[in-house]
Amino acid sequence: MRLTLSDADAAFRDDLREFFTTQIPAEIRERVREGRVRFPDDVVTAQRIMNERGIAVPNWPVDCGGQDWSPLQRQLWSDEMRLACVPEPLAFNASMVGPVIAAFGSNELKDRFLPPTANLDIWWCQGFSEPEAGSDLASVRTTAVRDGDSYVINGQKTWTTLGQYADWIFVLARTDPNAPKRQAGISFLLAEMSTPGITLRPIKLIDGGYEVNEVFFEDVRVPADQLVGEENSGWTYAKFLLSNERTGIARIGTTKVWLSQVKDHAANTQTEHGTLLDDPLFAARVAEAENELLALELTQLRVSGSEADGKPNPASSILKLKGSQLQQAVTELLVDVAGPDALPVRAGDEVGSPVWAQLAAPKYLNYRKVSIYGGTNEVQRNIVASTILGL
Amino acid sequence: MDFDLTDEQGMLRDVTREALTQTYDIETLLKVGDTELGWSREVWSQLADIGILGLGFDPEEAGQLELMVVFTELGRRLAPEPVAQAALIPGGLIAELGDDQQRSLLDEVAGGQTLLALAHQEPGMRGLTARVTTRAEQQGDSWTVTGRKNPVLSGDCADVFIVSAALPVRGERSDGSMDGGVGLFVVDADAISRRAYQTFDGQRAAHLDLDSVAAQPLGSGGDATAGLQNALIRHQSALCAEAVGAMEEALRLTTEYLTSRKQFGVPLSKFQALTQRAADMYVSLEMARSMSFYAAMSIADGNFDPVIAARAKLQIARSGRHIAQEAIQMHGGIGVTAEYPVGHYAARLTAINQTLGSADDQLRTLIGALGSYGTVSL
Repeated sequence: MRLTLSDADAAFRDDLREFFTTQIPAEIRERVREGRVRFPDDVVTAQRIMNERGIAVPNWPVDCGGQDWSPLQRQLWSDEMRLACVPEPLAFNASMVGPVIAAFGSNELKDRFLPPTANLDIWWCQGFSEPEAGSDLASVRTTAVRDGDSYVINGQKTWTTLGQYADWIFVLARTDPNAPKRQAGISFLLAEMSTPGITLRPIKLIDGGYEVNEVFFEDVRVPADQLVGEENSGWTYAKFLLSNERTGIARIGTTKVWLSQVKDHAANTQTEHGTLLDDPLFAARVAEAENELLALELTQLRVSGSEADGKPNPASSILKLKGSQLQQAVTELLVDVAGPDALPVRAGDEVGSPVWAQLAAPKYLNYRKVSIYGGTNEVQRNIVASTILGL
Repeated sequence: MDFDLTDEQGMLRDVTREALTQTYDIETLLKVGDTELGWSREVWSQLADIGILGLGFDPEEAGQLELMVVFTELGRRLAPEPVAQAALIPGGLIAELGDDQQRSLLDEVAGGQTLLALAHQEPGMRGLTARVTTRAEQQGDSWTVTGRKNPVLSGDCADVFIVSAALPVRGERSDGSMDGGVGLFVVDADAISRRAYQTFDGQRAAHLDLDSVAAQPLGSGGDATAGLQNALIRHQSALCAEAVGAMEEALRLTTEYLTSRKQFGVPLSKFQALTQRAADMYVSLEMARSMSFYAAMSIADGNFDPVIAARAKLQIARSGRHIAQEAIQMHGGIGVTAEYPVGHYAARLTAINQTLGSADDQLRTLIGALGSYGTVSL
């Protein structure tokens, strides 16, 4: 057991720190820090700069453009990126469809899709959830029927995040309605968003923002060579994808940055007895959150270290569960620092409430999502109970 | 950075686990707990034979990681032997600061023949602090200590005490402040008036009244604040490791119970109201384990940081309370009976929380440092 980084890993980290803080434009990182990212441009710019350096998709197999990094090095990469407020590579590309195509796609699919996916020339979105298939994803009803050289897709997807910028969508669709197990009749298909029959309808969220969509498929004809892997094996690929999604959701570096912002704002907030950060009641909440964050960081380092054989550790469910709770706890703290200044929203910088305070409550409300998406925290607990505790 | 035990550490874990598993089932534990001593001399000499009672006296041979491994096993079996308080913590102080003659005691400690106690805790003292009101006074070449120490763990049975006491103020200042620092003194048990008692988790301890008791400075004497503080940080880390073992076993007992106990015609594990909460216990356990590692690994790196000790203990306190309460609740009535082990784990975890500072005490340490850095980091 050793807490300190080896010289090689420390040098690796320092390299990345320098790269992220000097090569990614400062105005982009500032917008990330303030929660005002410009979609899609900021994400595209940052990912292309990283891809140029070969570090946009380090988690992919080396022959597909990934890096031969240790789990610890991948963790350092993610931490440094988040601490530097660099927009992370688009998850739908980098940690979802990319690894699936790399692991299960034909050579043709790999050649066709992986380079533009890594470079964000294609913006992917996710066609998994449906109105009747949330946590119970295997009950998807969207169908894909083979017709000559095509599949014809009909159905409805929902919660499609950032679909408004997407060029392509990866879809779970039922190809065998008569399969003995419903998991066995699902396929993983790729469709261009401009294909006739696909329509997108925005869903406005409680923070007033627009980031998710419904996607409707009406007789959408997709070439059969856009099937990933084998027909009716899509559930296997989806599970692989979802286990990758869970580890990314902990977002420890980002939560650390937010928590330091909470402290900054609290130190600049006067109360009748000094600053808010001097108030032991408030300070104790911050200290408690910081502590849990460190405990989770160490847990993540332990878990990622044990994933050397490439199989996701079921303990990754802890990361999602606790990571989402901490993100929510910190957004709560931010609203509580803002106090009455949290009330105005989009009121501009001419009013007495600073812009960060105006953004606090929408962010808090928006981040209720993190304990829901990527498998709700209740689903994560079920995974822990069944796979780890044997219940 | 890595979180794997070395082969030797793994062997130490296995040997300790095996020895304790063979020794302690719940009936034996209850029987031993009812004796006056509250623990077993036989197990004590077994632990001596394995080399546990002298662990870390030679820092070249074993350090805090070895202690961590052993204490997790002691916690797992709820072994009542006072390994930390009667041997390793005061013994470590003697090893670090003692003179040759004092250090010669250590062979008997490691061999299990001599029992020590660190008499530091005083009424009104909270958290991990070196400040004391017990006074040391010098007349010529000889010293005495005067004050009250309570609770002193293993103070009931110790043969030799290491007593902390405020040193006389040197120089001009005489406002009663402790500028003289805190000294450590070796005091023979025969010289001390002690009232022995039992703690709610079955440990033994004592209240000491020290009235101008003859005391011999540890080593060359003088301010030992730093050494004392480090010993307390070591003890805190050992308590954290012990708590992790206790939590792990409490959770194991609970999941075993959920799969075997039937109600409404089905095992309790069919009820999501219970399994969801068991999953949260697992989260608590792993968070606690991570922080126990953190405390021990930091010490092993030579970093005796009271903030890190406070961080670890805070998480242990939160997780320990959570797991203890839920373990009892999910067992139902049997969880609060003396004959079943899970309640004893809850008692031990509760006692650990109140030893060397509760969660609130740790938070006080942490909020004191809060403004001195921006982004929190390991």
